[in-house]
Amino acid sequence: MLIIKDLHAEIDGKEILKGINLELKAGEVHAIMGPNGSGKSTLASVISGRDLVKVTKGKVIYKGNNLLDMSPEARSHAGIFLGFQYPIEIPGVSIINFMKTALNEHRKARGEDAISPSDFLKLMREKKALVEIDSSLVNRSVNEGFSGGEKKRNEIFQMAMLEPELAILDETDSGLDIDALRTVANGVNKLKTPKNATIVITHYQRLLDYIIPDRVHVLYKGRIVKSSGRELAMELEEKGYDWIKKELAND
Amino acid sequence: MEKEQDKILNEITQGDYKYGFYTNIEMETFPKGLNEDVVRMISAKKKEPEFLLEFRLKAFRHWKKMKMPDWAQLNIPEIDYQNIIYYAAPKKKPELESLDEVDPELRETFDKLGIALDEQKRLTGVAVDAVIDSVSVKTTFKETLAELGIIFSSFSEAVREHPDLVRKYLGSVVPYSDNFFAALNSAVFSDGSFCYIPKGVRCPMELSTYFRINAANTGQFERTLIVADESSYVSYLEGCTAPQRDENQLHAAIVEIIAHESAEVKYSTVQNWYPGDKNGLGGIFNFVTKRGICKGDNSKISWTQVETGSAITWKYPSCILKGNNSSAEFYSVAVTNNHQQADTGTKMIHIGKNTRSLIVSKGISAGNSQNSYRGLVKVLKNADNARNFSQCDSLLLGDKCGAHTFPYIEANNSSSVVEHEATTSKIGEDQIFYCNQRGISTEDAIGLIVNGYTKEVLNKLPMEFAVEAQKLLQISLEGSVG
Repeated sequence: MLIIKDLHAEIDGKEILKGINLELKAGEVHAIMGPNGSGKSTLASVISGRDLVKVTKGKVIYKGNNLLDMSPEARSHAGIFLGFQYPIEIPGVSIINFMKTALNEHRKARGEDAISPSDFLKLMREKKALVEIDSSLVNRSVNEGFSGGEKKRNEIFQMAMLEPELAILDETDSGLDIDALRTVANGVNKLKTPKNATIVITHYQRLLDYIIPDRVHVLYKGRIVKSSGRELAMELEEKGYDWIKKELAND
Repeated sequence: MEKEQDKILNEITQGDYKYGFYTNIEMETFPKGLNEDVVRMISAKKKEPEFLLEFRLKAFRHWKKMKMPDWAQLNIPEIDYQNIIYYAAPKKKPELESLDEVDPELRETFDKLGIALDEQKRLTGVAVDAVIDSVSVKTTFKETLAELGIIFSSFSEAVREHPDLVRKYLGSVVPYSDNFFAALNSAVFSDGSFCYIPKGVRCPMELSTYFRINAANTGQFERTLIVADESSYVSYLEGCTAPQRDENQLHAAIVEIIAHESAEVKYSTVQNWYPGDKNGLGGIFNFVTKRGICKGDNSKISWTQVETGSAITWKYPSCILKGNNSSAEFYSVAVTNNHQQADTGTKMIHIGKNTRSLIVSKGISAGNSQNSYRGLVKVLKNADNARNFSQCDSLLLGDKCGAHTFPYIEANNSSSVVEHEATTSKIGEDQIFYCNQRGISTEDAIGLIVNGYTKEVLNKLPMEFAVEAQKLLQISLEGSVG
């Protein structure tokens, strides 16, 4: 589904990603862990097409297409979803209106007609239940005045509505209490199918107690320095990132 | 990214003003320039009664002593008032027996503008008075309205047929000496609309005036006078466009509204005069005095304006709350893009007891434009329990534009409550990207955000106007995030 080859990227002339290699197949969940400033969010930005990040070298192939040639909205239509670390507030625009616009843009890209209001409401009801989001939340302006937990839940709700093939969850666990964490993780698990893939970016291991990854990668100073199964996450939790740093220094 | 944006911006700014055409209609025009003879000629041309000529002459003599105001946050190039034509009219006789007599070119003009002058318009419940350059060419549904005793006609016709009403109310809200542009208008106004709703009558359809400047080098000076007698109601709409020209054209109008006891007047404007090109060449200078008086107790006046056009806008639709328990509202969306400048807002003068006013102003600036809100809330000594709430929001797109807020408050009664809230925000790249990531294009994202921002005001417009205004906003702003 996703192949990243020797990816180099910079922000404001400073190189952040220094040769990332990663391959992700349908049905897989990969976790990307690493200390602050290692380039995790930058990687998410490259995949979703944020233009403040400049790719200087390498390739990103998504479902056989050169992802880097596509606009952010085209990537979204093609099934890429980014769960934002800091979801953005859009005053005056209700979640209902926002989601309806987004969903219809996706349908338009597939050559389908706009969804009927009744079908849309039905779909909303279904997805709201799935991610256990408070009903009144969807009538409010996008993320405006939301608590940290509400914002993250809203991200998962949007993910449920758009049914992406590749979801990248950027620090979705940060700022969540244990209950909210469980709800969010449950939502993600329920949305998992053999056809879609998920990249979970996280600083801590605790989210991975709920979302079980197939592979765990450690990103450090712009490179993936270690890849292994789920047990790597446990080891990191126990020994901390210093362990990786030391190991690298010894090499 | 920047190149892409320049491209979009170019496409939009070059193509968006779809009303920029010029109609080749045979015109009768006066020579350029303004003096007492021109004022007399206008009056003679319209076979006006003596009182009106006197009114004009007094205004003209007063105007000659006045200076153009310079207190607004506007950079106004010098205007040569002797280089303007003060009267231009389609040559064909403007009084028409039936629609078939309307000059086909003229009909086509209004068709292009999407204004049907025919009976079909009745289905949508709008009666139209169409004013082209200096004269009103057609007023629809006059007969239907007359059955209810409603007078809806061109100003000239009202002068002929209802001179007493005109005499009683003309200049009673905006005296000719009020300001420079009001004095100019009072001297040379050519036509406009007149509307009278008798006691206890609820006007069954929207009344609408459509203003069009067509001729070159011509100023447009129209006057609208609306009188709502006791316990009556009317909703009035005003729209305006002009051809695309390299030179600036002057528009200086006056609107006066009188609401008697328990009457209600809603006045909505979608102002779309030609704004000039993307480099700031051409466009209409729009200097307008609009004022209403809540004369009787329990009366109400509501102004709603969507300002997207004009190179320069200088406009403060105001209310004098004279009657006890009277109320007034001002809802405004003012958009400026490229090199447009707008200094707009309102004045609420509380005189009566228990008077209430509400101000909701939403400014949107993009490109290199400057957008100012200027408002005065004045509570006089005897206005016990007067209340005002003002909310002034500014939205910025890009970093080359400016937004300014100038709220003035004068409260002379200690029982009054005056509240003012203001916010300034920016459509950020992060908001756009968030929308992009959900599959929404940048253009649509701006539309979504701007509509969300202006919803409160657009909701106040009559339905079909609201839809048009929404589209207009999007067109005016497309490609403006940089």
